[in-house]
Parts: sequence; structure tokens; C-alpha cells
Amino acid sequence: MDILSLFVVIPVLTITAILLLKDTRQVRLVSAFGMGLQLLMAASLVFLYLTARHAGNNDEMLFIKDYLWFKSLNIHYAVGVDGISVAMIMLTSLVVFAGIFASWEVEFLRKEFFISLILLASGVFGFFISIDLFTMFLFYELAVIPMYLLIGIWGTGPKEYSAMKLTLMLMGGSALLLVGLLGIYFNSSPDGNRLTFNILEISKVVIPLPDQRIFFPLTFVGFGVLGALFPFHTWSPDGHASAPTAVSMLHAGVLMKLGGYGAFRVAIFLMPEAAHELSWIFIILTSISIVYGAFGAIAQKDLKYINAYSSISHCGLVLFAVLMMNQTAMNGAIIQMISHGLMTALFFALIGMIYGRTHTRMIYEMGGLMKIVPFLSVCYVIAGLASLGLPGLSGFVAEMTIFVGAFQHPELFYRIVTILAVSSIVITAVYILRVIAILLLGPTTNEHFEHLPDAKWFEKISVVTLIGSVAAIGLAPFWLSTMIGTSLHPIIEKIIALNPF
Amino acid sequence: MINFNYTIWIFLLPFLMFLFLGLAGHKYFPRLSGILGTCGLAVITVLSYITAYKYFFTSEKVDGAYQKIIAFNFTWLQFTDKLHIDIGALLDPISVMMLIVITTVSLMVHIYSLGYMKGEKGFERFFSFLSLFSFSMLGLVLATNIFQMYIFWELVGVSSFLLIGFYYQKPSAVRASKKAFIVTRFADLGFLIGILILSFNTKTFDFITLTNPTGPAIAQGSGIAFLGLSVMTWSMIFVFMGGVGKSAMFPFHIWLPDAMEGPTPVSALIHAATMVVAGVYLVARMFPIYALSAPVALNVVAYVGAFSSLFAAVIACTQTDIKRVLAYSTMSQIGYMMLALGVAGYGGHEGLGYMASMFHLFTHAMFKALLFLGAGAIIHAVHSNYMTEMGGLRKYLPITHITFLIACLTIAGIPPFSGFFSKDEILAAAFHSNKILFAVEYAVAGLTAFYMFRLYFSVFWGKDINYHQTPHEAPATMTIPLIVLAVGCLVSGFIPFNKLVTSDGKILESEIELMIAIPSVLIGLLGIGIAYLMYVKESAIPDKLAATFKYGYKWAYNKFYIDELYLFVTKKIIFRYISDPVAWFDRHVVDATMNGIAGITQGVSFRIRGLQSGQLQKYAFVFITGAIMLAILFIYLWK
Amino acid sequence: MNSGIPLQYFLILATIMFFAGVYGFLTRRNLITILMSVELILNSVNINFLAFNRYLYPHKLEGMFFSLFVIAVAASEAAVAIAIIINIYRRFTTINVEDVNEMKF
Repeated sequence: MDILSLFVVIPVLTITAILLLKDTRQVRLVSAFGMGLQLLMAASLVFLYLTARHAGNNDEMLFIKDYLWFKSLNIHYAVGVDGISVAMIMLTSLVVFAGIFASWEVEFLRKEFFISLILLASGVFGFFISIDLFTMFLFYELAVIPMYLLIGIWGTGPKEYSAMKLTLMLMGGSALLLVGLLGIYFNSSPDGNRLTFNILEISKVVIPLPDQRIFFPLTFVGFGVLGALFPFHTWSPDGHASAPTAVSMLHAGVLMKLGGYGAFRVAIFLMPEAAHELSWIFIILTSISIVYGAFGAIAQKDLKYINAYSSISHCGLVLFAVLMMNQTAMNGAIIQMISHGLMTALFFALIGMIYGRTHTRMIYEMGGLMKIVPFLSVCYVIAGLASLGLPGLSGFVAEMTIFVGAFQHPELFYRIVTILAVSSIVITAVYILRVIAILLLGPTTNEHFEHLPDAKWFEKISVVTLIGSVAAIGLAPFWLSTMIGTSLHPIIEKIIALNPF
Repeated sequence: MINFNYTIWIFLLPFLMFLFLGLAGHKYFPRLSGILGTCGLAVITVLSYITAYKYFFTSEKVDGAYQKIIAFNFTWLQFTDKLHIDIGALLDPISVMMLIVITTVSLMVHIYSLGYMKGEKGFERFFSFLSLFSFSMLGLVLATNIFQMYIFWELVGVSSFLLIGFYYQKPSAVRASKKAFIVTRFADLGFLIGILILSFNTKTFDFITLTNPTGPAIAQGSGIAFLGLSVMTWSMIFVFMGGVGKSAMFPFHIWLPDAMEGPTPVSALIHAATMVVAGVYLVARMFPIYALSAPVALNVVAYVGAFSSLFAAVIACTQTDIKRVLAYSTMSQIGYMMLALGVAGYGGHEGLGYMASMFHLFTHAMFKALLFLGAGAIIHAVHSNYMTEMGGLRKYLPITHITFLIACLTIAGIPPFSGFFSKDEILAAAFHSNKILFAVEYAVAGLTAFYMFRLYFSVFWGKDINYHQTPHEAPATMTIPLIVLAVGCLVSGFIPFNKLVTSDGKILESEIELMIAIPSVLIGLLGIGIAYLMYVKESAIPDKLAATFKYGYKWAYNKFYIDELYLFVTKKIIFRYISDPVAWFDRHVVDATMNGIAGITQGVSFRIRGLQSGQLQKYAFVFITGAIMLAILFIYLWK
Repeated sequence: MNSGIPLQYFLILATIMFFAGVYGFLTRRNLITILMSVELILNSVNINFLAFNRYLYPHKLEGMFFSLFVIAVAASEAAVAIAIIINIYRRFTTINVEDVNEMKF
């Protein structure tokens, strides 16, 4: 058993253990144990990865394992990681770990809830470790399906509607994606050898440009739907608003990153010429996402909606940076994925905890929470400051890397668009501070809230894990940046070899 | 080469203090944390003074010029091969001078707060925020590259936000903190864009490379033109926009008066002495680029500074909240500094304005901190911010009275107090370069003396007011800082700035020009005299004047309605005409399109579901008909 | 061998029976009648089997066996169908197919 497959096997074992349990109170303990183990595994993977790199192993992917799965179509179960996927795996295990603690008090169908949650997580882990397009797509679908159940059964508000909308839109995205992937597959071997799904092998061949022009937009939009690309983002506000806390965390924190990661790893890496040629269209769309999401967030009254729109803005920045196609911007895109994943998970965790106490998410119905629940409020302020890009927290590192990288683009059009994207930092400040001022500061408006309890121990674990990671990246970004940067080298070299700027 | 490695502690200590007090202070020792914070800062102050001594008096000079020394530097974040954010400490005359200013004022404010904030809820929170501020401000002035400066620039912004909103249950404080953050954030956007343009053209963030007057960075970019101005000019104007925001220059000044909602020691430290001069410091730091490569941008600096100083002085004459008067006076004095930079040139006698600006920054920090701390003592005694509710306080608050008077004389530019020397240099610099700006500043000098003494006379003289409780002098923790700063006001004028802090690090020969000094003292005295006549003699002149210039007075009293204009832009335009439509558009157009697609699918399926009736007989009918038709087809038509 | 009734007669009879069955199957709404129509169709097929067997391959017996099979299957089918019909009648007190629509949509 190789270390990477363990990332899928452990969740499956945890699910089996939960199925065998009789007492539902032990379910969460088993889940916490399983996912804690996963977190340890992720940490050791980071360690192993860095050791291997330090020892001079310069392969593009490490820990590669390849098993033939379906011979006639040459489908393999192939896994391998580089610095980027290692970082994403670390992010996922952190968010899942925090998510388990954030849903400590789920009462209704507890066993099924945790099973679905962990199934979702195993899909995400599988996605990040695969280097075979088919297995990647398989895990991607595996991650989407439990989402429907989690929102439809454990959600709030118009949950069936939201769950249906989310699933259908993501499925629509996967339909485009599947066409794109098959397009890549059938062009994967121009010399007449066996067709292949393996990313590393495909990256060595050049897909003919006319085919790229068709399949790049399909693949990019297919992943873009998941990454909340304008105008395919509307599943996100409804979905997030209806989803239970842990699902919002996982969804905004990790699942949306599948989109950015996929767009980067598949669409741009495998079809760089078309990406370069068509990037201006998607740059315009993503810039709209960035500014539009931020303005949309100003007008919202529901905490989760505010955050959903803010996620649209921040995830737009990820795709924006990926499309700039240079080392610095892409580095920023990956850091932004991680940073946004952590802080938005933190946001949703806190919103869930506040909602659990006040039973409302409307900001105007609350006020002066700082005095009542200081721990949660201070954490909320920290999350807000991270989101608006305060130095010392992760958001700043990510945004600045993106902006500086994007501004190095030799064409004037791209630099002007970058300035437009930069202006989002002000709008972000406006909506973040608006929420903080209305929700947390000022006099207490509702006397029913005056005796609400502050965070419990499991909530503290959840929140502190995330804040610790956000601050760690913010204070010491060099190791993450370097780890991603070295992994980006081969990719950038390929892009530059094909598109001499 | 002297070893300056220990300067890393000047950063680290306040940061550790912040973390320690912020995380542990609340639970374990709320009382002790104030003393702990003050002690921490005292250590930093001592380190700073040692650094200053070593730098100015023992470090080697090359060609008679002070050298820029990098005390330590490490890469924090690598962007590209050439662009990387470093965190380090750059020692040169202005940064060392700023070290002295910041640590001195900060230490005084710490000691003062021990008394002022005693018994307040969140005492330890206050001190942890102060530590955070000290950390950020020291990081800002010691920055080795422009991006490090931006990082700490944002951090001082957030510490200012946290401290203005210290009384977080007070809606006005919350509003003020939000406003301060957003306005400065908007200005910082300009700063960031400026950095991006600058780095794109010069491929470096490093100050030493950027500001080397013979280096490549200065020459680069000045050739490329964009919309009539060189790229370098554009980037410098954008960078200056950040300075305008932080230093509360027109038109981004609106946050500063509101920021007075914070505790008074905070106003003294952040909004008078240190943070608001960051904009001046920024221009001074980038000065060679401004002077050699972007003279248009430097003109912008001069005119913005001059206009702001006049504008603020006029408003200050009409305000009644003492902290607001001081806030506008701060804005006016910073305008002086900006103007001085704007009229200066690089090197030689041209650099007089630069030296004057730094000199004024130094003296201003002392007397303005003193004014604010004095105001704090007054407010502490009277429990009101309004001049109209004060009068005759000189009997009750003797120490505060004397120190406040010294500060007022200093700001009015009366010799031998320090303000006289620095203001005189500024006026001289303006006189030699631009007569219009000189005239404006000359008038502002008179206005300054007038409004400061208006404040002084109506608070300490005038008729006694029946106070609820008899006002009493503040405790020693509060009066000692006042006395120390008053001594600072007396002494700092005699520091030979022309030998220490100049644009090119060389000694600048300058002496007091009597042709400028005498009239400036005279107009100061004139202002004081008018104030005396109007506010001590109990005349009806102020009311008459206000009635005569009714509209002018009303406009000035309402700060020329700039706040309302901003409110209009933000509330009406951004909220109502951008955000709400965007939200509406998202729900009713984008989302509706998606729902529409779903709706069409559903509608079509409703239409055609009759085909799937579930009745076997219908299916059988269709099947048989089809079979017969096929049979006919095959038998008769398919020959 | 060729004495007696010609093959066409059998075929005409079978066709009439077949279409009578089809017609009844399509138009009747009573389950019993529908079942009876199905029996008609099956029997018309049986007649065809026997007739062709007799006229085309008189020395073989496949046609006979096939019709025996059909009869057996028809018998069991009738038994199952009638059991279902009785159950439907017990539940809905009707054996009209249009009223038995609980599972629709």
C-alpha cells in the first residue's frame, strides 16, 4: 500500500467503522479519530515530500503508483503528487478536521451525516492525488454526489431547491468537462500509439491547436463552474446558504478549489496554446467575478450570502491568476486557493456557531455580539481581517503574489485589468467592516442574546486549527511559496517553451 | 562598521508583547499588563536612543555624508528572481530620527495611559493594541523596501482601526473606526498601484536601489510616457495617494477628525505624532525619485500640502470640540511638512525644504503629543470635549495649564520654542521656491496662532463655569509625560538638524533668515493678540464676525460639507446605484437565466409526459401501428 | 395429403382471430376481456403453427411442440393474470384499467 492511496483508504475504513457502530454517540469520535489520522498523514506527507525534494529528487511528481484498471481503454488508477497537490491535501485535511468538530452537535441522522461528509472528503482527496484524467473525473463526481444529500437532508431554508440547483449546475459543468477530457484523451497520442489518460504522458505531446481551441473552453468552463466563474456562479450563494455548517466549510473551502486546481492542472497545463490565445475572454469573465462578487456582497443581509459572494470574488481571483500564466501569478493562485480555503472555512464555521446560538443569520437582527461571545467575535474579526488582506495573515500573501505576478504581464491590457482586480481590496474592506460593525460592535440590540454561551471546547478546536494555519501562512509564507514555486517550474517551462512572450 | 544586529529586537519585542498581552493578558494579569507593556517599550526606547547615538556620532561617513546601513535583512516572500519582499531594518538619518520620535512619544503615551485608562474595561487589550501599533510603526520606518513599508502601512492602519474603535459599544466610535479604515484603504489602493507600476518599470522594491540618485532606477521609466506624463510620475502620484490618505491630506482628510472618538492617548500617539506623519515619511523616503525623476508629482505634493494646511486652519477656527480643533491643526501642520518637501530639491541648499520638513515633523510630534495629552488631562478633569463647557481651568489644573501654554506657544512659532525654528525653515524654503505658496503658509501661520490661542484662552481663562465636580489635577502618571514633552518642546528646537538629517546626508549650511523669521513671529503674535481680544476680553466680536460672514462661517463649521459629499458618494452611489443593482442583477438576471433553463426543461417535460401515460394499451397501439407500417414499408415500398 | 382444407383457410382464420384479439386488447378496458383478447392472439398463433407444420414439414413435430408450449405458458399466464386481477379487484373494487392508476407520475 503506497502512502497516497492511504488518503482514500483511511476515509473508507472510517466509513466502514462508522457503519459497524451501534452507539451513535461514538460516531463523531470515530470520525474525529479518522480525520485526525488523516491530518497526521497529511503532515507526514508534507514532511516526506520535503525530505525527498531535499534529497535531490527532481521528478515532476513524487510517490507515483500506477495500476492498470481497464485495459481496453487504457484507464489506469494512477497517483502521484507534486508540491501543489501536497499543499492542497494539507488544506483539505485541515478543513475536514475542523469540519468534523464544527458539526459535533448534529443530532439528526448522525451516522449518515458523518458517512456522507467523509465520503465527500475521500472524493476530494482522491481528486488531488490522481494523475489519471479518468480517475480524477471519477473522484470529482464522487465528491459532488454526497453534497446533494448533505444539503438536501441536513440543510436549512429552501434546502431541496438549493441542493438540486447546486447538483444540476455542477453536473452540467461535469458534462462539459467530460467532453473536454475525452477530447484530450482522443488527441493524447498523435503518433498512433495507445491513447492515454495519464496527465504526465499527455503533457509530453502537443495537442493540435484546432482541437485545443474546442476543448480548452469546455474543460476550463467545466472546472470553472465549480470555481464559481461568472456567470455560472449562482449555485454558490443558494448552496452555501442552505448547507449545514461543515458542508459550507468543505464546499467553499475545498470543493471550490477543485475547480481552480483542475483548471490549472488540466486545462492550462495540457492545452497551453489555446489557453494563451483565449485567455483574454476568461480574464474578462474572472475580472467581472472579482469585482461583481465583491459589490454583490455589500448589498447582502444574510451572513452566509455575504460570504458566498465574497467567495465568488476570491475564487475569481484564483482563476484570474491562473490565466495570467506566469510563475508568480500562478504561485499566487495556489496560495490564494489555500488561503481562501482556510479563511472561508473559518468564516462558515463561525457563522454556523453564531447561528447555532442566535438562530438567525440576518445581520440586522443581531448586534453587539462582541460583548456577549467575545471568543467567537474576535475570531470573526480575525477571519475578516484575513479576508481583506491584512499582512501577517494568509490573504495578504496570496493577493499580493497574484497582483505583483499579474502586473508583470508584458501586455498593457492585462496590466490594466490587474488594476481593476486590485481595486477589489477596497470593496472587500467595505463589506467586511460593514458586517463587523453591524454584527459584532455597537450596543447589544437584542436582550434575548445577552446570556448566550461562548465557544465550547470542540468549537475552539475547530476555530483555532484554522486560525493557526491562516496565521502560519501569513507570518512565514516562504516555505509554502517555495514548495509551490519549485513544483511550478516544469509547468511554467512548458508554457514558456510554447508561448515565447 | 558598527554592528546594528540588535535592531531586530526593536521589531520583535513589541510584536511578542502584543501576542503575549493579547493572548494571555486577559486571563492572567489584566492589571500587570499595562506595566509590562510600558516596560517593554522602555527597553525599545533605550535601544533606539543607543542606535541613534551610534548612528549619528560613531558611524563612518563617506564624503561627509551619512550612509544608509542595512542592519539586517531576510527574504520574506519571493515573487520573482528580482522582486522579493524582504523584512529588514534600514538605518539612515530619517529612519533613525523617526525611531527617536516614535519611541519617545510612545513611551510617554504608555506612561500616560497607565493613569488615563486606569479602571477601564479592556485595559490589557488597550496595551496589546498599543504594542501592535508600536511594532507596525517601527517596522514602517525601518523598512528596507517599499513592499515592507506597505505591509506595515497596512498594519498601522489596522492598529489605528482597532484603537479608534476601542470603545466598541459606542456607535460613533464604531462608525469612526470603519470610516478611518475604509478611507485609508482606498488611498492605499493608490499606494499599491503605485508600487506595482514602479516595480514593473524598475524591477526592484529595494529602497537603496530605487533612491540611488545615480542609479538606474531613477533614470528608468521616466522616458516612457502614458497620457502625457512619464510612468515614473504616475507611479509617484499613486504612491503619494497612499500618503495623502494616511496623513489625512485633502481630500482624504475626513477620517482624521472622526478618529478622535478613540481614547485620547491614542489620538496623541497615532493621530498626531506618529502614524499620520507616515505619509510625509513616505515622500521623504522616496524623495530622490520625486526630485530627480518626477518633478510634476513633487509639485502635486506641494500644492496638496499647501491647500490642506490652509483648508484645515480655516476649519479649526470654528470648531468647538477641543480634540477636533487639534485634529485639524494636525492636518494643517502636516500640510506644512508636505509643502516643505514639495518645494525642496535634491542635495545642496535646494534640500532646505527636505530638512525643514523633517525638522518640523520632529518638533510637531513633541508639541502635538503634548497638546493632545494636555487635552486628555482636561477632558479627564471636566468630562467633556466641548470648549463651551470649559473656562477658567488654570486655577484647577496648574501643571496642565503651563505645559499646554508651552505647547501653544510652540505651535504658534514663538521663539525660543522649537516650533519657531522648524516653521521658520519651512517658510524660508517656500520663500525661495514659490512665492504664492509662501504667502499661503504665512497666512496659515497667523491662523494657527489664532485658533490655538482661541482654544487656550477659552479653556483656561474666561469665566468660571459651574462644574458638577471640582476639576482636579491629573495623577502623576499623567503629568510626568506632560512635563517631559514640554521640556522636549523647549529643547528640540536646538537640535542641529541641518547637520544630521538632510536630503543627501551631507551637512547643509543654513541659518535663521531674519527677513523671514521676524515677520513670522509678528504674525504669530498678531494671531495671539486677536484671540486675546476676542476670547479673554469677553467681547461680542466672535459672534459678530460669525454673523457677518454667516455663510462662510457655516461652511467652515460644517467642514465645507466634505463629509456629506463622501456620505453621498458612498451611501447613495456605491450602495444604492452599484451594490443593490448588482445584487438585483445577480438574483433576477443571472440566477433567473439559470432557473429559466431549468424551468424550460421542466415545462417541456410536462408537455411531453402524456406520451408516457403508463397505459399499456396505448403503448400496444403505437407498437402495433408501427409494426404494421413497417410491414407495409418492407412489403410494398422496399422493392 | 393435399386433400381437405387448404392452407389459406387456416391462415385467414388465424388472421381474423389475431386482429380480433388485437382490437379487443386495444379497446377494451375490462381486465378480463383484455386477458381473453390476449388468449385469442395466442391461439391464432397456435393455429398458424399447426397449419404450417402440417403443410410444410409434415414429418416433423416442432410446430406441435411449440403450440403445446404456448398453451402451457398461456395457461400459467392466465392463472397469474387472474390472480393479479382478483387482487386488484379486492383493492380497488374495479377491474377497469383506467381506474388503476395509483402509480402513475
